[in-house]
Amino acid sequence: MDTLFLARAQFAFTAVFHFFFIPLTLGLSIFTAILETAWVKTGNERYKQLARFWGNLFLINFAVGVVTGIVMEFQFGMNWSEYSRFVGDIFGVPLAIEALLAFSVEATFIGIWLFGWNRLPKALHAATIWIVALGSTLSAFWILVANSFMQYPVGYKMAADSSRAEMADFFAFIFNPHVWKQFPHVLAGGVVTGGFLVIAVSIWHLVRATTEREAFKTSLKFGAFYAVTGAILVTLAGHAQMQDLLKTQPMKVAAAEALWESENPASFSLLTIGDERELRDIFAIRIPRLLSFLAYDRFEGEVKGIRELQKTYETKYGPGNYIPSVVTAYWSFRFMVGAGTVMLMTSLFVLYRVVKGNYTFSSRVGTLIIWSSILPWIANSSGWILAEMGRQPWLVFGLLKTEEGLSPASVVSSTELMLSLGVFIVIYGVLTFTDVYLLRKYAIAGLDSSE
Amino acid sequence: MDLHSIWFIFIALLFTILFLLEGFDFGTGILLPFMGSDDRERRSVINTIGPFWLGNEVWLVSAGGAMFAAFPGWYASLLSGFYPLFLLMLLSLIFRGAAFEFRSKFSNPALKRVSEWIIFGGSLVPALLWGVILSNFIGGVPVDASGNYTGALSNLLNPFALAGGAASALTFTLYGALFLSLKTSGSVKERAVGIAKKLWAPATLSLMVCIACSVTVTSIKPGILPLLSLLSLAAVLLLLQKNRSGVAFIMTALAIIFSALAIFTNLYPRVLVSNLNPAWSLTIYNASSSEYTLGILTVVALIFTPLVIIAQCWSYWVFRERVSTDSELEY
Repeated sequence: MDTLFLARAQFAFTAVFHFFFIPLTLGLSIFTAILETAWVKTGNERYKQLARFWGNLFLINFAVGVVTGIVMEFQFGMNWSEYSRFVGDIFGVPLAIEALLAFSVEATFIGIWLFGWNRLPKALHAATIWIVALGSTLSAFWILVANSFMQYPVGYKMAADSSRAEMADFFAFIFNPHVWKQFPHVLAGGVVTGGFLVIAVSIWHLVRATTEREAFKTSLKFGAFYAVTGAILVTLAGHAQMQDLLKTQPMKVAAAEALWESENPASFSLLTIGDERELRDIFAIRIPRLLSFLAYDRFEGEVKGIRELQKTYETKYGPGNYIPSVVTAYWSFRFMVGAGTVMLMTSLFVLYRVVKGNYTFSSRVGTLIIWSSILPWIANSSGWILAEMGRQPWLVFGLLKTEEGLSPASVVSSTELMLSLGVFIVIYGVLTFTDVYLLRKYAIAGLDSSE
Repeated sequence: MDLHSIWFIFIALLFTILFLLEGFDFGTGILLPFMGSDDRERRSVINTIGPFWLGNEVWLVSAGGAMFAAFPGWYASLLSGFYPLFLLMLLSLIFRGAAFEFRSKFSNPALKRVSEWIIFGGSLVPALLWGVILSNFIGGVPVDASGNYTGALSNLLNPFALAGGAASALTFTLYGALFLSLKTSGSVKERAVGIAKKLWAPATLSLMVCIACSVTVTSIKPGILPLLSLLSLAAVLLLLQKNRSGVAFIMTALAIIFSALAIFTNLYPRVLVSNLNPAWSLTIYNASSSEYTLGILTVVALIFTPLVIIAQCWSYWVFRERVSTDSELEY
């Protein structure tokens, strides 16, 4: 099989799987830290019980996040050696900082936190989980700085022999406008993911009226506030990011909207079935002016379409196809926004009930809410698919095409790629199965199991 | 000294710290299935490295990140060229990390037992592979003019590299046994000392074979450092007979440091030796990032590496007590 296809499949597979675990790690670390702080401040043992309970679920997930993350770090060199040579001068820097500054702190302190319950003073122990949460957050930041360079390269210059891109301005590089939109979006996504797991597990216990009802009321209250905060922030951040993308990667937005022709005012697609070869609609329902509004906060303004952008890019970069897979971009965008909208409504509903002091959920409503905890995963994964697929055919936008970044076939054969992809699929499958099994087991077992 | 050399030294340092720390936790993992007569005893063995193993793995991630940033040419050629070795390494680390975290959470004894054997394999394979990989750094591999590895897997499994793998696996296991003799008590401790005594001879022998191979099948000039490493290891037997496991542990650590020094001093200023044409070897100059990038990395490393080291020292201090079967166990 084609090495490019195999390497891309492997990257997509390992990255999406890695990202199954990361948002929950982000969200639950901060949530656990909040609960433990509440315990230190009030001395109320229930908060400690809850911190241990959620911390335990956080840990199950954390391990898988770490091991799948190590795969990501080495995969660039293994499957994308030409890419690594081309951008190492730049892309390697945030990766190294992530390792030295964020991951090392996170990994060191998680051990101290887990084993230190009876060895450290309360406040110091609470500080260690905050450090873990900070480490996870910084980790996400530096990885997104690296990713943002691929989406919107800044702060670089080409080497004299144009064999590679070199760092020209480190501060321009980390103040890449792209990352300051992407990072809040991803972080808030993590908060929602954590919040929804908390809501789902708490409601599971409340609906079944287990013995720990009172504790899970508290948990639900914290979780509802947390999830709503995350859901609102992720929506606002997503909106800001889309407006930014119109300037930095208009093709991604056009593909996400299946907008073939430039429009002013531009309409928003509710449902489009398009012909990618002919670049036209087969069937479409569109809301007039809404896309302009989303783009510019007013009901007019031009949004460039795929055809015009293709022409612009041909003039700029030479002949070639600069259109990403429209069907992938279009549907991943809809899955992300759709899941996000349902999440916002669900979390607001739960918060409303909690604020009213009503913790009784019928088993039907309860079941619906419990299953809604899958939504953040759908949103997170489709968000990344949109971000990465929408950048194609570029690996580094405007600088390096995806096929140019691959390890030479003489070094890494398609057999090696096929074999490793197969092995990763099997192992990640087993890992995910075990992870979900254990999360479920300990979520159901309740507070005593984490003591 | 130029920035390139500083970064070569820094990466050598990261690898040395990695072997010093993960060395004993790999060793502990390898010994796990043989260390306890019941679940509680084996749990106590895992708990000796419980607070540390992930912190130790940090140094792998740091070494990888630093290599990518400072010497992208090295990182790219090495990882694509040694593909099967690194794939095996990653798979082992995935299994091992998950098994550590999951073992105590299974209620079924059979699953606990499976987790122990996964930890065994997940520790043994990387312990072997590091010796194989490092030997190949200096032993020389087919690297062409563009810096790409052109050989097959069989080139990487040459006699010198295999001897290196055996030496690293056996030394790390001995190191793990000595660590356990310091961190456990009762029957587990006695067993650890017994195993350390038995492991001494094969570990020392494998190091001798490795040094002999370096002289016979490669063009490496070993110099004094491998002999210092051998001497340090030789001292371990005497110390064990006098029941001084603490000093024996330190001497094993010294043997690891001398071996790492031997490799990196022989390598400098090259980072991957070509056995097709010496001029095609990757060096700290032709495989490096720009001066500007190296400068930024230096500032970052100078600030954050000491902080991480301090934090890790603190964690070893907090968890300095011996772990017994009566201790409160987390894993």
